[in-house]
Amino acid sequence: MLLIPCPFCGPRPELEFRYGGQAHIARPENPAALSDGEWAEFLYLRDNVRGVHAERWRHIHGCARFFNMLRDTTTDRILTTYKTGEPRPEAV
Amino acid sequence: MERFSGLSLLRHAMGGHQGWKPFWREPEPKPAYDAVIVGGGGHGMGAAYYLAKQHGMRNIAVLEKGWLGGGNTGRNTTIIRSNYLFPESAALYNHAVKLWETLSEELNYNTMFSQRGVLMLAHTVHDVQVFKRHVHANRAAGVDNEWLSAAECKAFCPPLNISANIRYPVMGGALQRRGGTARHDAVVWGYARAADSLGVDIIQNCAVTGIRRDASGAVEGVETERGFIRTRKVGVSAAGNTSVVMAMAGLRMPLESFPLQALVSEPVKPDFPCVVMSNTIHAYISQSDKGEMVIGAGTDAYTSYTQRGALHMTSHTLDAICELVPMYRRLRMLRNWGGIVDTTPDRSPIIAKTPVPGLYVNCGWGTGGFKATPGSAHLFAHTIAKDEPHPINAPFSLERFTTGRFIDEAAAAAVAH
Repeated sequence: MLLIPCPFCGPRPELEFRYGGQAHIARPENPAALSDGEWAEFLYLRDNVRGVHAERWRHIHGCARFFNMLRDTTTDRILTTYKTGEPRPEAV
Repeated sequence: MERFSGLSLLRHAMGGHQGWKPFWREPEPKPAYDAVIVGGGGHGMGAAYYLAKQHGMRNIAVLEKGWLGGGNTGRNTTIIRSNYLFPESAALYNHAVKLWETLSEELNYNTMFSQRGVLMLAHTVHDVQVFKRHVHANRAAGVDNEWLSAAECKAFCPPLNISANIRYPVMGGALQRRGGTARHDAVVWGYARAADSLGVDIIQNCAVTGIRRDASGAVEGVETERGFIRTRKVGVSAAGNTSVVMAMAGLRMPLESFPLQALVSEPVKPDFPCVVMSNTIHAYISQSDKGEMVIGAGTDAYTSYTQRGALHMTSHTLDAICELVPMYRRLRMLRNWGGIVDTTPDRSPIIAKTPVPGLYVNCGWGTGGFKATPGSAHLFAHTIAKDEPHPINAPFSLERFTTGRFIDEAAAAAVAH
């Protein structure tokens, strides 16, 4: 089980959190203007990184807030967490 | 290939079993092949076999980064069934079940396929309605599936606890009698032995590190740890690592890779006659011929390539099993492990051509790929050889994520399956 450092509450067990998938995928401003291919890319295509992955988590049984986390998917080691809206930090 | 039979066993017994030969060669990779399969699991090895056997493509190679069947082929819980809701899925998985039924004879290798029945338990009114819908849809599609009352479930599988005093009492179940299990290692070994005898080069410990494309964008060959291999056709059958391999050709995939765990108990006397699955309380259990209880857990929440998962996933499954089969409360678990499963947004696989000419992909089997092994391999070989999908796998395209024509088994089963 991961011990996840919530940027608002500190380290808490994974069971308090909900995984939110790949981070930094912005919803297109005007979906109606997109082609089917561009819309499918937004909805379904993912990097599925083998290495350092930026991902969203929500502390659903705690402060209930979203945040982002860098984790190495080859070791599950957590590198850092940061607040939603902040740019992705350099991999530590 | 030496044919296995009672007579050959007897002959080797006379010689003190000193004369058995390795099942396959260990060739050096050639500089060029007509086709290369990336991934030596059941699906990839089987595809190589059918390419050689049915499509006459003998100058082909299978590249495996580790050892044969060391990925998800050797990590699953060996359950085989075809009771899927939608016509496309039922056709796909039933194609596989039909091939399973003759696979041992076809390969002259005992895959220990055992049609002991797969019983899927219902614990809520919603389960009952959904499973009855499955039963009717399957029977209309020519796939066997039948409804059992709770008492009939108990008669079919006596260790079950059907009393009303558990958290989610058994309200009945859907039984597919043609479902069952097979020995997972034997499947890939059998395919490898048969493919090798047809001239297929099986190259282990040889990871693909790049996919080279020519000026028109078509596949020109693969870079590997053991040098460049020229080929015009590459079939990617890399399970959890499919996104990584496809990225080498510049393609992003509608896939996410999650850890999925399984565990086995100490071996006990045969007492569990069938496969029991419960999607609602997350219990998947059967007994191997060695006597171990083989138990499947759910996927972890996050993507990972570690081939391990968290303890709370397995303990959740064991909680359910201890309530469903109380006598297993004293059973000790021997081993647990994880595999990395590639899941699609609609939880149905992709067996298809890609936008890159000469590049084919068989992926997205998620938590349930073993059952489809022969069918998937057979259809993938057809797709590679003919450069177009077989009618059975035509709906399982990459384009469905753009057109929206999903095969949405996730919604149908309401759980990873």
